[in-house]
Amino acid sequence: MKRFLFLLVVFLPAIQLFAQKDGKNENKFNVSGNFQSDLQYYFEDQKIGAVAVDERLLSNSYANFMISYGKFSAGVRFEGYYNTLLGFPNSGGKNDGFGVPSYWANFTNDKLEVTVGHFYEQFGNGLTLRSYEEKSLGIDNAILGARVKYTIVPGVNIKGLVGKQRYYWELSDGILRGVDGEIQFNEMIKSLNDSQFRFGIGGSFVSKYQKEDNPIYNLPNNVATGAGRLNIGYSGFNLISEYAYKINDPSADNNYIYRPGQAFLINATYSQKGLGVILSTKWVDNMSLRSDRNATLSDLTVSYLPEITRNYTYVLQAFYPYASQPMGEWGVKGEFFYKFKKGSKLGGKYGTTITLNYSRVHNIKKTAMNDSTPIGTSGTYGYNTSLFAVGNELYYQDINVEISKKWSKKWYTNIAYMNLYYNYNVLMGTAGHDNVKANIGVIEATYKITDKYALKGEVQAMFTKQDKGNWILGQIEFTMPNWFFTVFDNWNYGNPDKDARVHYFNVGFGYVKGGNRIQLTYGKQREGVMCVGGVCRHVPASNGFALSISSTF
Amino acid sequence: MKKIVLVILAFAVCATMYSQEIPQVQLKNLKGKVVNSQEIIENDGKPVMICFFATWCKPCIKELTAFSEAYEDWADETGVKIIAVSIDDARSTNSVGPFVNARGWEFDVYLDANGDFKRAMNVNNVPHSFLLDGKGNVAWQHTSYLEGDEAETFEMIKKVAAGESLKEEKVEKEEE
Repeated sequence: MKRFLFLLVVFLPAIQLFAQKDGKNENKFNVSGNFQSDLQYYFEDQKIGAVAVDERLLSNSYANFMISYGKFSAGVRFEGYYNTLLGFPNSGGKNDGFGVPSYWANFTNDKLEVTVGHFYEQFGNGLTLRSYEEKSLGIDNAILGARVKYTIVPGVNIKGLVGKQRYYWELSDGILRGVDGEIQFNEMIKSLNDSQFRFGIGGSFVSKYQKEDNPIYNLPNNVATGAGRLNIGYSGFNLISEYAYKINDPSADNNYIYRPGQAFLINATYSQKGLGVILSTKWVDNMSLRSDRNATLSDLTVSYLPEITRNYTYVLQAFYPYASQPMGEWGVKGEFFYKFKKGSKLGGKYGTTITLNYSRVHNIKKTAMNDSTPIGTSGTYGYNTSLFAVGNELYYQDINVEISKKWSKKWYTNIAYMNLYYNYNVLMGTAGHDNVKANIGVIEATYKITDKYALKGEVQAMFTKQDKGNWILGQIEFTMPNWFFTVFDNWNYGNPDKDARVHYFNVGFGYVKGGNRIQLTYGKQREGVMCVGGVCRHVPASNGFALSISSTF
Repeated sequence: MKKIVLVILAFAVCATMYSQEIPQVQLKNLKGKVVNSQEIIENDGKPVMICFFATWCKPCIKELTAFSEAYEDWADETGVKIIAVSIDDARSTNSVGPFVNARGWEFDVYLDANGDFKRAMNVNNVPHSFLLDGKGNVAWQHTSYLEGDEAETFEMIKKVAAGESLKEEKVEKEEE
């Protein structure tokens, strides 16, 4: 690492001199980067369960610097946790501090790309491998090693990698080796270049090596995962499908059973101007792969099982988010977008957009291998199941309607209604809690005072007899060039416990200029779960100031 | 620690001397074809806007809807091409086509499912837009969307199309 930094320091000015002499447009020397810092000052608030923090102020900061010259580029990342914000997987002291968690160098030309150092990668839909970062969840499972991508002929792409995953300031115990290939026939065969019919296939193979370390069981040192995928399209119609298989991989996730894993995704879409339809299904069994078999939570994930449910962004619609269940789930989704044309009766002067979506997720059907071995017993095969065998337990269901309409140059509204079923015990990992049935409504209206000054109001309400009962949220936001001011109150007025009918009041403002943004808020945050792409983290209750600064340069 | 400071200094010195151009990264178009980020910004020497968005991002949808309504006029006047890059991950990558088509957006749309282009362009959050001049250099950028931002965006596009320097804006930014 030190050597790498030293080389950068020595070479940067040298390359710069060279670049100045060169003077050609295509070989310019570029420097860029970004910065983000999130700080929070915590007050104790026993009523909402916000704990006191010894440091009072906690912060997470990230910065990336990148240089490029022609076909070469290199970068470093700095991270600082003084100390880590509450609720992140690395909170609580074990990963506080400052350091350089990743660095990389890359060569890219028309056919070849070589990266050494840290990199992110996804094979297909991610079923066999996805290394990615999601700052809001504290996830960064970058791979440290080498990766090569090569285009054999147009439409035929392969890539291969080897490395270890980042584990906060350390590296995973296991080593990953992977290859992926894809053929898009329409690009490869010239006569099909402009064909309405499109066809492509792909496949990936990932192997993890981790030395066997278990005193009780005989575990595989090498675990292999493979997947095949295809895409077919005709005019506005598209079908994408992927199937993945993993050999036996006893792990903390599956309670050390020897059953292989499987996952199947099918996604069909149709669209034309003004209309879009999506139908998807997925079936997953025992498909969690990590570069350390003993890792849990969001640590060191290798396989990524994309969620089938919609990603909601209104606060009360996102109150009970779905979390992927790698040990077994079956789901279906239907989504429909339609835009009533401008000038039509329902479209009005500017058109009206309507979105409908429905999703439903169940457990998968599992049967015990024999009468004396309960399902999922450690050290056994685990259970029996078959592809697309669906169980009776409902995990999640949502029905949502959303209508967006611009009424005039001044008025815009968005209204939404959602009906939700949430299997609290399965998705939150509890027992004996009532499952949540909720109805949620949202009305958002924006009024443009002038071209550059606008006022937005939002009312959201959630009605449920379970969990914490009813909530209502009101928000007002005023925006003007470069500035925004916001105030909202999220009131748990229907909590069965009268003392817990708390107002979660927030006020904040922000300034935006170019690639820079700064935001300061004060208020209370309820305890909850935050999910991105099916992966979640627990957000603790808090009361205090939050400052967020970000910049791209 | 000294070395870290040195690296930052070296980068900072270089940053003041050169403008940013577009890195070479693989993206996919809505038909599944692998494309290169430097190819998609070809526009005969006229300006190009690259807009990072996601289907779940409300301000992104507002921004792109506003751009969409003005796109024809903007293109007529300045020749600008708008490119929308979706950072939707595998959960919703396959929904981007129908989502965009249903809204009738006429932009060129590309998929950046694992955020490679987003990282290469140092984007922290969406929406985030970059305005490129005719030579493919970043002339201006903008993060977030506040109502009415499209007016400033169009001013910038017009300046860049006319070959005017945006130095004033840059100086202002550095002073902040």
